[in-house]
Amino acid sequence: MKSAPLARRQLLCLLAAGALSAAHAAAPVGSSIYALRVPLTDQNGRDFMLADLVGQPVLISMFYTSCDAVCPMIFETLRLTLARLNERERSHVRVVMVSFDPARDTVAVLGRTAVGRGADARWTLARTSEADARQVAAVLGLQYRRLASGEFNHSSEIVLLDERGQIAQRSALLGNVDPKLLQSLRTLAAKPTAEAPGFQRHLSRETAG
Amino acid sequence: MGARSQRLYALMGALAACGGALAADYVRLPGTRFDSVLPQDVTPVSVTIAPFELRVTPVTVDEYLRFVQSHAPWQRDRIPVVFANRRYLAAWPAPLQPSAAQPRAAPVTEVSWFAAQAYCAIEGARLPTWLEWEYAAAADANRADARDDPQWRRRILSWYERPSAAALPAVGGEANVHGVRDLHGLVWEWVDDFNALFISGDSRTQGDPERVKFCGAGAISIVGRDSYAVLMRVALLSSLNAADSTTHLGFRCARALKEAPP
Repeated sequence: MKSAPLARRQLLCLLAAGALSAAHAAAPVGSSIYALRVPLTDQNGRDFMLADLVGQPVLISMFYTSCDAVCPMIFETLRLTLARLNERERSHVRVVMVSFDPARDTVAVLGRTAVGRGADARWTLARTSEADARQVAAVLGLQYRRLASGEFNHSSEIVLLDERGQIAQRSALLGNVDPKLLQSLRTLAAKPTAEAPGFQRHLSRETAG
Repeated sequence: MGARSQRLYALMGALAACGGALAADYVRLPGTRFDSVLPQDVTPVSVTIAPFELRVTPVTVDEYLRFVQSHAPWQRDRIPVVFANRRYLAAWPAPLQPSAAQPRAAPVTEVSWFAAQAYCAIEGARLPTWLEWEYAAAADANRADARDDPQWRRRILSWYERPSAAALPAVGGEANVHGVRDLHGLVWEWVDDFNALFISGDSRTQGDPERVKFCGAGAISIVGRDSYAVLMRVALLSSLNAADSTTHLGFRCARALKEAPP
């Protein structure tokens, strides 16, 4: 909770930026969740913002590492969905899983989880502050609650974002590929990308630095 | 220590930049063990609530007007829809003009969760958690927890039975034992973790075993089923998205104590 005031100030400031970028987009004003400027850190300790994901379709959901029930099913469902894409389509898609348990899901834990679940470079496991995780859940329309035992109740939807960060599809189907989600994903992944994917830029910037 | 003073400077900067601090009244609520209507997965079910400060009254139309005047991105015609949908301040004839039908001292409504959070940040605060709100709202004028009193429960329920008035009255109802006003009888209120209260929609009970919408114990069961008034609040908040707003949904802010609790 320490960084919460920082996050709130950022939320205030981001609106100016969000309104600006929305003015350039052909989309309805401000329907991109990338207007939310919260600092995230991935499983390799690299910092990024949601807006860095601009430029390619993204499958995004939330989870917590110590979850042994539904969370592994979310990972498995994402893997099955990716497996249904051809190689070219797949190369355009990113997967982002944001933890709602930042106290326990440190960068090191996320790193181990990524290895344990066989997540390749297409996958980003991310953490942020508790207050910012609540904001991420809010823009994604996901729900979660920490119980007294430290376990979480949570909704388990997978959300598909288009290349601008607008919600294109959501699915609550687990353990199987949701045909509607797959169809939307294929359509988005087939679109020629006008610019280099934002996340690639982010990665190359990090490695260059 | 360093982090805290840094925060303080940042806050002072933010307030200065906003053209005048908004001096709102907050009162301190002592920490407690509290039996919430929200189910827990361990026994005993009571939870620990740390001491905190809560705004005496909900944020008023006038206070919110001053906020959007000094924070243009939160004006109705500028806010991204991802942070507030079309119903945001919809009753205002213009983005900087509240409806003349309501007193300026009435609680502001038709604000999204994001907007409420941003407002509270200006006061160096945040939205209260559900547990903080529920705890504050369990009190009457003399007792910190009046919930077992059937007469008190009836009084609160009677508000929900009244047809909603065309215009909301001004804030400033009777103070409870903590000094907090208008928790009942005026408006519904956002809480920080509104999207953590789900009481319905556990699809495991709805015939399609593959659609597991919610994971974990206690997704639907609620403790204390005779607390109808509180359950209605939970149900309403559970049904909302963070960009939503309604004509009877306002908010108040809460903040941590200035000195760190032990």
